[in-house]
Amino acid sequence: MSALEIKNRNELFTPEIRAEIDHEIAKYPEGESQSAAMAALRIVQDANGGWLTQESMDEVAAYLDLPPIAIYEVATFYSMYEHKPVGRNKLCVCTNISCMINNSDQIVEHLNNRLGIKFGEVTEDGRYSLKEVECLGACGGAPMMQVGRKYYENLTPERLDSILDELE
Amino acid sequence: MANEVIFKNRDLDNLWDIEQYRSRGGYEILTRILTEKTPPAEIIDGMKTSGLRGRGGAGFPTGLKWSFINRSAPGDKYLVCNSDEGEPGTFKDRDILRYNPHALVEGMLIASYVIDAHRAYNYIRGEFWEPYERFQNAIDQARAAGFVGKNILGSGFDCELNVHLGGGAYVCGEETALLESIEGKKGQPRYKPPFPAHVGLYGCPTVINNTETLASVPTILREGAERFRDIGVENSGGSKLFSISGHVKNPGVFELPMGTPFSELFELAGGMRDGSKIKAVIPGGSSSPVIPGEIMMDLTMDYDAIAKAGSMLGSGAVIVMDESTCMVKVLDRMGYFYHEESCGQCTPCREGTGWLYRIVHRIENGQGRPEDIDLLMDVQNRIRGKTICALGDAAAMPVAGMLRYYQDEFQYHIDHKKCMAGTGA
Repeated sequence: MSALEIKNRNELFTPEIRAEIDHEIAKYPEGESQSAAMAALRIVQDANGGWLTQESMDEVAAYLDLPPIAIYEVATFYSMYEHKPVGRNKLCVCTNISCMINNSDQIVEHLNNRLGIKFGEVTEDGRYSLKEVECLGACGGAPMMQVGRKYYENLTPERLDSILDELE
Repeated sequence: MANEVIFKNRDLDNLWDIEQYRSRGGYEILTRILTEKTPPAEIIDGMKTSGLRGRGGAGFPTGLKWSFINRSAPGDKYLVCNSDEGEPGTFKDRDILRYNPHALVEGMLIASYVIDAHRAYNYIRGEFWEPYERFQNAIDQARAAGFVGKNILGSGFDCELNVHLGGGAYVCGEETALLESIEGKKGQPRYKPPFPAHVGLYGCPTVINNTETLASVPTILREGAERFRDIGVENSGGSKLFSISGHVKNPGVFELPMGTPFSELFELAGGMRDGSKIKAVIPGGSSSPVIPGEIMMDLTMDYDAIAKAGSMLGSGAVIVMDESTCMVKVLDRMGYFYHEESCGQCTPCREGTGWLYRIVHRIENGQGRPEDIDLLMDVQNRIRGKTICALGDAAAMPVAGMLRYYQDEFQYHIDHKKCMAGTGA
C-alpha cells in the first residue's frame, strides 16, 4: 500500500487533524518535517482517547514520509505517549523527592483505595487511570499531580476527593 | 524589590500581557538595538561584563557562549531556549513562562540578533501546557506588534519564533539531547565535540540558553551590565531565581542577589514547617550532593560558596529536609529516577544507574548486605566521567554526597533492617 493510500484510508486523519499537523510542520525549515513527529503523535494520541495504536503510529510515519521505526522510537522513548488504553482522566502523580517528603505516598494510597487501581491500571468504567510520573516542575505545590493539561497542587486526601468528583 | 531582574515588575497585574510589559520599558532595548543596529560584538561585551552565567545548572558564561558563533559563516544559525525544566526541585522557569513571558520573547529575539539566527525555538516540556499557552500568546502578541517575523521594525532583521513541546524525558534538558528532540528523534545526547556552536540544530551553529538566562537579557542590557554584575558577588553576577521546596513553611520561587546567605532565603521561605528541625539541604537540584543543615546555614548562595562546600548551585533548586527524613529513602527515590531517565546510550550509566537503584532499594527494604556501602561507592565511581552526557554524573554525585554525611544511616539500615530512630517519615 502506498503512503498516500494509507493516508486516505484512515478515519483518524480527519482534515482537522491534518491541518493541525501541517501547522506544526510549518514551524520547521523545509525538509525537516521529522521535527513535527512529536507534535503529530501528541495530536493523534489526543484524538484517539489518549493512547497510540500501532496503526496510528504507522499513519503518522506515512504522513511525515518517515520509516515507521523512526516514529516507534520517538513514541516509546518519551513517557507522555501511551501504548495501551488509559482512563478518560489520566491521573499523573509525582512521587519524586519534594513530593515524596510531602507525603505523596499518602496521596497514592488514597487513590489506590478509592479507585481500586494501582499505577498503570484503569478503572473498570474507564473514568480514571493512574500513572506515576517524575518531577513535573511544581515542587512548591507538592504533593501534586497532573490531569490532562492541568496541574493540581498542594494535594490532600480531602482535596483529592473533591477533584475526583469533578472529573467526568 | 530593587535588585530583582526577572520578577522586577511582578507587582503588575497581567504582566504577561504585552501592554503591561511595555508600560515598564518592555521591548525598548530590542527596539533600540534593531533601529540603531548595535554591533553584536558590543552586546556580547555587555553580556560578558554582566557576569551572567547560564542559569540551567552548568553556569557557563553567557557572553562567551554567544561569542563562539561565527556570524559571518554561510548558512543558517539557530537560537534555542531550554524550558525543559526537569531537574527535581526546580520550578522557576515555569513561573517565568507564566508570569513574565515577554521578557523571554525579548531576550530570545536579542540573542537571535546577536548570533544572526533567523529561527528560534523554545523547547518547553510537554507537561507545561498552561505555561506554554502563556508563552505562545506572548509570541502572538509580539508578532502582532511587529517584533517577530519578517523585517522586524523595518530593520531588515527577520526572526521566526516557535515552541517545540517535549514529550516527557528528563535527559532532554541536556542540550544536545534537546536538539535531537527538536529534530524529531529520541533524546539521546550527542558526543561533544563538535559543540553546538559549530554543529547544532540541523547541523548548523546553534546557541542553547536556559529560560532564566534569556529572560534576564533585556533588563541587563537596558539597565546596564555593571548594574547587574554588582547585584551579585565576584564570579556570580546578578540575581538568581531560587526554587525552594520540601519541609519549609512557604515554598516558592524567590529572586535574590547571588551571594545571599542561605539563612535569608530560608527565612523568606518561612523557616521549617510545624516547628521541625532542619536536617539537610539539597542546594541545586537533586543531582547536587546533599549538605547538612548546620553547614548550609553558614553558606551563601553563589557558585563558589556552594562548590567549596562540595556541592553545586546548579539550577538554584533548594530542597529542605527535616530531621524525620530518612536519607536512605531519599536516595532510593533518586536512584529510581536516574535509572528510569537514563537514555540507555552509554553502558556505565544505563547499567550503573540500575545497580545504584537496586542496591539502595534493597538497603531501604531491609535486604542490605555488609558490602553494600563499598559497592555503592565503587559503582558511582565507575559511572563518573565515563558517559557522553552529565546524567551519569548527576546520578552518581548524590550517592557520594549521601555517604559522605549520612553513612551511619545506611549502615544502620543494613545492620538493623529499619530506619534509624527519629527518621523514616
